[in-house]
This record gives sequence, C-alpha cells and structure tokens, in this order.
Amino acid sequence: MLTVTSVSRSFGDHRVLDEVSFEVRPGRMTGFLGANGSGKTTTMRIVLGVLAAHGGTVAWQGSPVTGAVRQRFGYMPEERGLYPKMGVAEQISWLGRLHGLDRDTARRNTERLLDQLELAHRAEDKLEELSLGNQQRAQVAAALVHDPVMLILDEPFSGLDPIAVETVLGVLRERAAAGVPVLFSSHQLSVVERLCDDVVIISGGRIAVSGARDELRARYGPARFELVVASDAGWVRDVPGVRVVDVDGPRAVFEPDGDAGADQVVLEAALRRGTVRSFTPVVPTLDEIFKEAI
Amino acid sequence: MTGVTEQGGGSRGFAAATRLVAEREMKSFLRAKGFWIGLAVIVVGLFAISILPTALGGGETEVAAVGPEAAAVLTDSGLRVREVDDVAAAEALIRSEEVEAAVVPDTTGKSATGVRVLALSDAPTDVLAALRTAPPVDLLDPAEVGQGQRQLAIMVFSLVFLMFGMSGAAIAQSTVTEKQTRIVEILVATVPVRALLAGKIVGHSLLTIGQVVVIAVAAPIALRLGGHSELLSLIAPALGWFVPFLVLGFVLLAAMWAVAGSLVSRQEDLGSSMGLVMILVMGPYFGVMFFSDNVTVLTVLSFLPFSSAIAMPVRLFAGDAAVWEPLLALGLLAGTVVLTVLLAGRVYSGSLLHTGGKLKLAKAWAREG
Repeated sequence: MLTVTSVSRSFGDHRVLDEVSFEVRPGRMTGFLGANGSGKTTTMRIVLGVLAAHGGTVAWQGSPVTGAVRQRFGYMPEERGLYPKMGVAEQISWLGRLHGLDRDTARRNTERLLDQLELAHRAEDKLEELSLGNQQRAQVAAALVHDPVMLILDEPFSGLDPIAVETVLGVLRERAAAGVPVLFSSHQLSVVERLCDDVVIISGGRIAVSGARDELRARYGPARFELVVASDAGWVRDVPGVRVVDVDGPRAVFEPDGDAGADQVVLEAALRRGTVRSFTPVVPTLDEIFKEAI
Repeated sequence: MTGVTEQGGGSRGFAAATRLVAEREMKSFLRAKGFWIGLAVIVVGLFAISILPTALGGGETEVAAVGPEAAAVLTDSGLRVREVDDVAAAEALIRSEEVEAAVVPDTTGKSATGVRVLALSDAPTDVLAALRTAPPVDLLDPAEVGQGQRQLAIMVFSLVFLMFGMSGAAIAQSTVTEKQTRIVEILVATVPVRALLAGKIVGHSLLTIGQVVVIAVAAPIALRLGGHSELLSLIAPALGWFVPFLVLGFVLLAAMWAVAGSLVSRQEDLGSSMGLVMILVMGPYFGVMFFSDNVTVLTVLSFLPFSSAIAMPVRLFAGDAAVWEPLLALGLLAGTVVLTVLLAGRVYSGSLLHTGGKLKLAKAWAREG
C-alpha cells in the first residue's frame, strides 16, 4: 500500500500542494481526479521522487519510500517520451534492466507485453516510425516491463483510440488483480467512473474527497429514483412526500422528500395503476460528485 | 505471470545504472553512420598526410651532366645525375623537360667552379643550392627535434584535442534529446541523476579511448608507409603522455558538455549554452598554436587544465619538460576533473527536469534537491 501523508509543495510563493493525504490500496485501481493545475502531476512526481516535497511523507508498506523501492515502481509520465531513434523492443527491455531486471527477464517481459499490447509486429521498428497511438502503447509497456510493485500513470488513456483504451485497460486490470496498487490520473470522468475502485479528488492543491467509488456515490448523491411505467407518469407529482425532478412521458425521476419510505409508496401506487417497466435508484455520476466536492 | 514476488535481478546500485546508461550511449553511437564516417575520415586523412607528400613530390630532381668536371661537382648533391655526351644532347633533354637543368663545362673561364648551369626559363634553385659550396657548420648544442617536426607535433596534438573536445558535444545533444522527449522523467524516477551523468561521461569517454586506440595503431603504420620512421621514434614517447592527458581532458570537457545540454530544453537552444564549452575547447587549441614559440606562455599553458592536454605533450616532445612536470600537470588535471564532475552533478540534478527557456547556471545550482 502507498500512503501519502500531509505532503506539501510550493513553487516560489505559490503553494501547489497543501497537506495532501491519501492512500492507494493493493489490488485496486485508484482514480486521481482534478482540474488542470489542481496538483495531480505534482503529487505523482513527488511520489516518484522526481520532485522533492516541502513537507509530509510518502510511505510504501509503512516505511518511507527509498530509491531502491522506487526503482520497482512503474511510471507513465503525462508528457510521453521514449528514445525516438531506438528500437521499440530494445528500449523497453533496456528500461526493464534499468529498473533492475536481468537481461533475460527483461527480454522475456518485453516480448510478453508487446504481445499483450498488440505491438509485437512493430518490435524491431524505431519508436519514431510508430503512429502516436502505438507510441502510447509502447509507453505503457515501458511502465510495466519490470513487473512493478506499484503503478503510477498520469493520464494513461489520453490520446488512445477506444480499442487501444480497452487493450491498455485489460493489461492494467490484470496488474491490479495480481495485487498491484494502481494510481492513475484523468480528467475524463466517464473513463474513471468505469475503471476505478477508489477515487481521490484534488482541488486547488487540497484533497477534496477520497474513498471507495461506491461509498462516495452513496454519500454524495441525493437518493433519487427513476420510475418507468406503461402510460403517462405525470401522477407522481401528486404523491405526497415526493419531490419530482423530471417527468417525461412514462418516465419520472423523483427524490423522497425527507421520509425514507416515500419511494415504496410511489412504487405501490404505480403497481396499482398498471404495469411498471422499471424502478431503479439513480446513482450519481462522478461528474456530480466532482462538482459537489470541489 | 505478474506481480510483486516475481522480480528478476534484484536491486542494482549506482554502478549498475551507470553501466547501463553508458552501454546505451555507446550502442546508439556505434550504430550511427556518422560515427564510422568520422572515424574513417580521420584514419584516411592520417594516411593521406603521411604518404601523399612523398608520393606526389615526384622524387628527386634530375639533372644532365656533360663532362667529368660536371659529374664530379654533382657527386653528393642529392640530385639524380644523367651523364650525356655533349651540350647539344643536354639542351635537348632540357627542352623536352626530361631533366630540370644541365651542368656543362665552362668555356668562358668566368666560373670559379669550372661549370655552368643550363636551364629552360627559370634559374633552377634546388640545383643551384646543391652546387653552392657552403662552409661546414658545427653545432654546439644540437636540438633533438627540428622546428618543422615540432610544428607538426603541435598541429597534430592540437587537432586531435580539438576533434575529441568537439565530439563531446554529442553528450550535450544526448542530454537535450532526453529532456526534449521527456524520457528523462522516467529515468530520473528510476535511477539517481548522478548515475545518468556518470553513465554519459563513461560511455563517451570509452568511445573516445577506442578511437584514440584506433588512431594510435594507425598512426605508426601511416608514418612508416610514408617513410617517416625517424619521426615516429621521436613522437612515440610524447604520444605515451598525450594519451592520458587527452583522456582526462576529455572527461573534463564531457562533464561540461553534459551540463551545457542540461541547461536547455530543446535542440534549437543548445547553441546558447554550448558557447562556454566551445571556448574551453578552442582556447587551448589556439593558445598553443599562437604561443608555441613563447617558452613562458607555453610552460604556463602546460600546467593549466584544458590546455595542459596539448601543451605538456608538446613540451615533452621537444624535450623541454623535466620528468616531474607532466606528473604535476596530470595531477592538476585529474583534480580538476574530480571537482568539475562533482559540481556538474549538482548542476545537472538541478537543471535536468527544468523545462522552458534556458536555465542560468547559478539557478540550476540552487535548484538541486
């Protein structure tokens, strides 16, 4: 587990991180959300030792992170880059060795990853000869080649086409399932919504919210229900103890007004009137949580 | 197949990281055509300089001689003599440009030597010089090395230094490439910054030593083929000193080239930060060339780091330096190398992740950590 505790950082007089604390749990995909300039990249750079913190600690399995531990982290920086004139397989395997693998293991891992990322046919080409999407896949391979104990990915899905997103996602999920904590930042909330188990929302250098995605939804979203009946649903407006958010023909969205049992009253009334096609609690999107939290 | 427990290799330290970085630098260079073309040009040039003057010079001057007096005068003149029967035959040879001149008996009685020289349109200076009877000279303290040979040594040492000094610019290039492509962020997150710097210096120094070895092997062969064996035996001891000076000098410059590269973020800006290092490469070159006749300046230059790499071997070549002098100069150079590499490490750490415009040295120094 990676634990970030009270990390602060300033650039000149500008305080970009203020007592940032959160954790990344093993086997879970943690989405790191925040607007541009909110401190996501700075936080990641501090975790990786690329940037020094002006206060606070970063701990791995309870002990401060050392260079030897960091060597086993996998990192995909926001600004992508590998050696343009070096062969794809050659440089990924070189990076694996730089991360501490022996030559054979590095070569084996490279082959396996390029295979998984559907890049094996370009293994011998120079990086600059690849399309941007394929360069991105190579970048993912570079972050994973040494079987990292912790993965930190800055905007891993930006610039990927939908098929590539699925491929990369599959590889990341596999790592998470093997027990690796995965921290990835994104500004595409819908992507994070679908992928992450935990969410950390940062705003103006402070952590606004953090926790399991589902808990946050329960905590932040007002309890809402959607009812779809066979005929017009306008009658819901007249049910006492219910505030209607939206009615559109047979579909109505409402919030129980205080009393928790009001949703069941509506459901019973609907069943008395005729066919009920669907009755579901409406879960707030991350977008809504995000807007509410910051 | 993945996971926390399966980690091959284990933790590697600073040395392993340095070795890997050096290995990559060398590989990417050895694979570049430009590297091999450059080396080939040097070797071919070396052979050309040593062999061509002998081959193209056309050998000895040929003169015709008429009569026994003329032949006697021309003995030991260093000219190739062709004896002909009469003046008419000699004139024919001159007109057909088979010989440069003819030495014929003097019939007017005005010549002290009893011979006259016939030529086509100009007075043949080398023939006249050969005929002039100069008084013999006795030298009290003969110089071991002729002035011409000393000039040649200065030129060769300076050129080689200049060439390798400038080739260090590749380190600046490689550093900027890593900054520009942003791979530097992955590298810095993985291994210590100083290992990156050390790897670059080690890699490029090994490449340089390799080239020096190639040249050191090719030079004697070229000199022998060109018929300069005596020069070879003179230059060999100085060459022995030149190699360590050159290698240390290169490491010193390499550290500075790396810093020059780390201060900017784009190839286009490299020119602005390379100026100082260029001066440190060109300075010794011009310094030694201009002041090669000034004993005091040359002595000072032979102890100053940078220029000592050329000036001390030159003084050794000319036999002007005592045994302790190259050792002291080498010590000074080595000390400067250690100090510079340490300072460069700090500046490199401070500037490597900086993006945007050119970073000032002092600011890079302050940014570290």
